Amino acid sequence: MKKLLMTGVAFATLAGTTFTAAPVAHAEDTMFVPSLSYRTGPFASGGTPLANGFADYFNMLNARDGGIGGVKIVVEECETGYNAQKGVECYESTKGKGALVYNPYSTGITLQLIPKAPVDKIPVLSMGYGLSAAAIGEKFPWTFTYPTSYWSQLSSILKYIDAEGGIKGKKIGFIYLDVGYGKEPIPLLEQLAKDQGFEIALFPVGVKEMQNQGSQWLNVRKERPDYMVMWGWGAMNATAVKEAAKIKYPLDKFIGNWWSGAHADLRSVGEDGKGYKSANFSGIGTSFPALQDVIKHVVDKGGSQVASKDLVGDVLYNRGLFNSVLIAEGIRAAQAKTGKKVITASDLRDGFEAFDLNEARLKELGLEGFTAPIKGSCKDHEGAGSVFIQQWNGKDWEKISDPIAPDTAVVRPLLEAAADQYLSDKPEWQTQTCG
Amino acid sequence: MFYREVGQFKTNYTADSQVFPILQDKLGIIAMLVIAYLIIPLAGNDFFITTVMIPFLVFTLATIGLNILVGYTGQLSLGTGAFMGVGAYSCYKLTTIFPDVNIIIMVLLSGFFAAAIGILFGLPSLRIKGFYLAVTTLAAQFFLEWAFIRIPWLYNYNASGAIEVPQRDGFGGVVLAGAAAEPVTRYLVVLSIVLAMTWVASNIIRGRIGRSWMMIRDMDIAAELMGVRPLYAKLSAFAVSSFYCGVAGAMGVFFWLGAAEVESFDINHSFLFLFMAIIGGLGSLIGCYMGAAFIWILPIIIRALPGALGLDINAATVEHINFMMIGGMIIFFLIVEPHGLARLWQIAKEKLRTWPFPYS
Repeated sequence: MKKLLMTGVAFATLAGTTFTAAPVAHAEDTMFVPSLSYRTGPFASGGTPLANGFADYFNMLNARDGGIGGVKIVVEECETGYNAQKGVECYESTKGKGALVYNPYSTGITLQLIPKAPVDKIPVLSMGYGLSAAAIGEKFPWTFTYPTSYWSQLSSILKYIDAEGGIKGKKIGFIYLDVGYGKEPIPLLEQLAKDQGFEIALFPVGVKEMQNQGSQWLNVRKERPDYMVMWGWGAMNATAVKEAAKIKYPLDKFIGNWWSGAHADLRSVGEDGKGYKSANFSGIGTSFPALQDVIKHVVDKGGSQVASKDLVGDVLYNRGLFNSVLIAEGIRAAQAKTGKKVITASDLRDGFEAFDLNEARLKELGLEGFTAPIKGSCKDHEGAGSVFIQQWNGKDWEKISDPIAPDTAVVRPLLEAAADQYLSDKPEWQTQTCG
Repeated sequence: MFYREVGQFKTNYTADSQVFPILQDKLGIIAMLVIAYLIIPLAGNDFFITTVMIPFLVFTLATIGLNILVGYTGQLSLGTGAFMGVGAYSCYKLTTIFPDVNIIIMVLLSGFFAAAIGILFGLPSLRIKGFYLAVTTLAAQFFLEWAFIRIPWLYNYNASGAIEVPQRDGFGGVVLAGAAAEPVTRYLVVLSIVLAMTWVASNIIRGRIGRSWMMIRDMDIAAELMGVRPLYAKLSAFAVSSFYCGVAGAMGVFFWLGAAEVESFDINHSFLFLFMAIIGGLGSLIGCYMGAAFIWILPIIIRALPGALGLDINAATVEHINFMMIGGMIIFFLIVEPHGLARLWQIAKEKLRTWPFPYS
């Protein structure tokens, strides 16, 4: 060891003074919502439309209504690159600015933030991803998975298969990205296979082989499953559909989850992907009045980061927008409950449990038919939302089913067991509860 | 002028062979320790401590581990990330099996598991050299990544496949690990472990074992002829190196991240540590600190700059600029000084010694 063992430390101290000296850059009457986005890295094709929709809706509210309850929303993006370590860095760098809620858009980052949420008293809204067990509100008071969890979604997809001609005795192939996200629904799948009497075959796809799934699909050809269900993300989706088409697997028996059915995925496949289905919970296209407002107030005025106007209304754009709708509704509910205009993160947590996004409210928001109604409650942090099935027609997605409610009777006890298991080694969590 | 040792007389050999023989160095170290132990915990905010200092120290320790292998023993390794993973997963298993034992003891113990795995994957080094050895350590990386995914026992059959840090107390009720742990507590624990292990490393390196490593690095046949046994020298280097990496991995999960999936130990991290070691300076401990600071802290500063200056640049553009700037600076520094930042610092010290009147 030589002199200045810790030159780095000195260097860092300098940096530290810059950070502490940086002024908090927003005035009294705004609320701050950080957006953990990923416009770079291997999953940028999914992250970009999500971040665009997320920011555009809030900007539309600011431009059209002057914010929520007269308070403007400041959205600040922090680039995570879908990387858990950078995600935590973003969390730490933005939480001091009065962040109301975190939307990590990555199961890996969500898992890191769940234990931090009750300590920092900032809710995590992992909209349809993250830890399924977080749907149990009494056990996870600070985490929300509106509109439904992965497990509930899987039960909806299986219900759809069941309605198409019975699931008993069938063989269901499950192709998934071999990370936390893809493995998440497997325990439920195994349980349901036992209960409902179908067979399963698992086909993991490693992150490195996302674009080279030849061997997995060779196995699919060998196993001949009656249906294929996919838990994919990013480049994996397009490759899987292409490979399925190549081995002449009937695409109308191939159903992806809600992260496996975006325009960005299927545009590159085009006509070959015709017939492929996926789950979804946010409306397709721009025919909704709220979307028109976004175009009028934000996109046409150059306030959006979308590359072209055609991309507004894409599946993932609308998903990001829907995320903002949920937060906006939560903020409104919190404002109504507390009587304050500028709410805090823990007020928003209460707001998430109090909001009621029913048909009438959706119509008021200009989102009639956009999604199934969701009602927040202390007990149920997935809001009993439903998914519908959409199908790729070669050029665009078409909604082909009504909302399918999850099989709550089956899923809920399993979720509770998973929540108990999660809590079993966290004594400090045993005492907390919602409401 | 600043580094003149004029008037500092050494009257015995012990004083002459100290790690820091010059008074200025000693004062510098004391100043650094005061900054690290007093000023940063008192003045630094949570963001600075948790996302700058803690990961910087963790990465420094991993880089020291890698530097022992690459810089001092000359065995190229691409398995650093995986060895860190071994430390992290074994610490997780240990602390879930024995929840009452102090987590710091567990973190240190987990290094031994990493060392054992390191020895196992170091065996090919007895026959394979240079880039070919790098390929076999790459095999370690892939095998261990596979094991972290495929052996559910390692993560206690958790549905998400991740290890999550349970809350751990110690020293009379202070929360050391878990989300409720104060950043300052975690920082002080990490700082103490890293400094202690740096001190141990410097002593090993200056001693018989370290010298035998360097002999192997400089010329293995000559070393063998002079009585150094390559089996012991190489395997001990692998063991010590993996021990350091394992402790760094366990600290990374328990005192920094709080939860980890296999992606926290992937091949990109192995490359990252190799870059830290090369940019900091191969065969230098201070270089490990400098390299880790360069690769980890600089991007954070660049990311924070636009906001601090009041510029409104969107996050993705900042990230792209970041990649370009860091890439450019790596090339610049390696052209200016191929032996790394540590060598630059050494040159600076030599210049400072004669400044402002150099001899020629």
